[in-house]
Amino acid sequence: MNFRTLSKRLLFLFMVVWAASTITFFIPRISPRNPVRERFAELARTGGFSPEDLEVIVADYSKRFGLDKPLLQQYGDYMWGIARFDLGISLNKFPKTVMQLIFESLPWTIGLVFITTILSFVLGNWLGALAAWPKSPDWLKSVATSFVLFQGVPPVLLGILLIFFIGFKLKMLPLGGAYSIGTVPSMSLNFIFDLLRHQLLPGLALVLGSVGGWVISMRGMGVTIQGEDYVTFAEHKGLGSRAIFRDYYLRNALLPQVTGLALALGNLVTSAIVVEGIFALPGIGTMLNSAIRSNDFSVIYGIVLFITIAIATLMVIVEFIYPLLDPRIRHQ
Amino acid sequence: MNPVLKVVDLEVSYYTDAGRAKALDQVNLELNAGEKIGLVGESGSGKSTMALAMMRMIKPPGRIENGQVIVDGTNLTSLSEDEMLRARLSKIAYIPQGAMNSLNPVTRIGAQMIDAIKAHEPTMSKADMKARSIKSLESVELKPEVFKMYAHELSGGMKQRVCIAIGILLEPKVIIADEPTSALDVVTQRQVMETINKVQAEMGAAVILIGHDMGLMAQSMDKVAVMYAGRLVEVSTVKEMFTEPKHPYSQALIRSLPKLDVRGVFQGIPGLAPSLLRLPTGCAFHPRCQEIMDKCKTVRPENQMLASGSRVTCHLYGEGA
Repeated sequence: MNFRTLSKRLLFLFMVVWAASTITFFIPRISPRNPVRERFAELARTGGFSPEDLEVIVADYSKRFGLDKPLLQQYGDYMWGIARFDLGISLNKFPKTVMQLIFESLPWTIGLVFITTILSFVLGNWLGALAAWPKSPDWLKSVATSFVLFQGVPPVLLGILLIFFIGFKLKMLPLGGAYSIGTVPSMSLNFIFDLLRHQLLPGLALVLGSVGGWVISMRGMGVTIQGEDYVTFAEHKGLGSRAIFRDYYLRNALLPQVTGLALALGNLVTSAIVVEGIFALPGIGTMLNSAIRSNDFSVIYGIVLFITIAIATLMVIVEFIYPLLDPRIRHQ
Repeated sequence: MNPVLKVVDLEVSYYTDAGRAKALDQVNLELNAGEKIGLVGESGSGKSTMALAMMRMIKPPGRIENGQVIVDGTNLTSLSEDEMLRARLSKIAYIPQGAMNSLNPVTRIGAQMIDAIKAHEPTMSKADMKARSIKSLESVELKPEVFKMYAHELSGGMKQRVCIAIGILLEPKVIIADEPTSALDVVTQRQVMETINKVQAEMGAAVILIGHDMGLMAQSMDKVAVMYAGRLVEVSTVKEMFTEPKHPYSQALIRSLPKLDVRGVFQGIPGLAPSLLRLPTGCAFHPRCQEIMDKCKTVRPENQMLASGSRVTCHLYGEGA
């Protein structure tokens, strides 16, 4: 990785961020809806203040949010805000900032969805590699391929089935929530154990739903790699099967899977919305969901922009890792 | 002289859905240290199967049914799997056919040499392993820098040399080179052959060169073995093979070589190689043979040693001829 490629990639990342933020700036402003007016009209209906005052309040808040300024100036302010990691203020949870809300919910999503994505990647590829390896025992091959079955079940259904059977019927694990009602979050062992118990079912739903995909793709790659001349030559060299598995077979079969991981990380938020919804967990998905329900435009666009930037950054990181795994693309 | 390689009655079959295909049938071969033999035959005649069987690398549905491969006094067919792992490369080495893809694309050449040494001599120090690898690279006329390079940074000829360098790392007694020059241009072919000859002369190993190129065999081999339908039909010295071939198939092969002084129509061998699933009775070559006798259709010829030192599998020779 030389300086030229590095700067090219970073420039690309910058362009993605710029394009995403410009789109998220203009879309709500093209819309004829006025979120400030909608919010206060709703409050006026429930009778907090007289409808005559509505116009004054809307005008005042528009000024506070800078919505009365000319569009170009608003764009400039907005971009300057993004440069300072300031995504504005939530309309619904005023005066909390969007950044505050994101950082409150992000650790939950990382803790569940990100970790399970990595976990399924490791588990799925390991099983897939073993499933294609001629020397692995038959029972292992059948266990590995049976995960493919779950691939056909939509994650929503898988989550509900798990809640019904394991949570409701067998009462082995809690039905939902991030921790038991009444407990106060702390760093005590009891609380951490309670937290893990609550994360187990959603984690299982996510892992079961995605391991199968890794298993089939890795098994396919594995079969291809085994036919390669360098694997045969490694056998002719008298290497043991462990060394061949690790250095010749796995190393090469993993290459396209790493690209797959980058793509899977892009689906992170979609899984978060579904799973956090089913299991009533806090997180980015739940936050986005409630923002959409309450027309909290600044939070919706803030989260969308944040996720776009996060995923674009992850992709660039994967691109930086890739040449370390495959020397053939190092010099391009 | 005690032969360094002795193949006795080697038999390999592939069990396919259409039936049992006898890919090697009672193959006998003896090779002295420092001797070079070329193995020729049509595609599917069993040349590569013979190489794989000697390495004990026949994979299902194939199986070694019978016979012995004795290298330097050790019978490879009676070794355990672990012992065979250690015998590969150290007693008998294989230089692959597809050298273009025979090197791991994601690790350095050096790592691929060191893991081979390590598998056989785990106690050797890292520095010694590196020194031996570089010595091996130098003996195939590659620069020491190749040690740090990746396969995609090398040309086809260089990759083939790297494969040879890996093959000679542990100074094996027998080297099998499976069409080592088939994907290279003639100039590189010649260089690679010279390299093989050079390392062979330095180490005194016996070499089996598999190929189709009779010219190549004539240039650098001591003996030529001709395979037909899984049997060695003739093993003769190069001189004998090109001046006085014994087996009708060898005669036809030599006749089919184009000659510079006689221009005209190429002489081929009529007919096609038989399917291993449905071999003709008696001598497998009889439907294409120009000197066919009644006996050939029913009685299987045995392999025999002639007074000239050649081994032939044909009814024209020996008792009753």
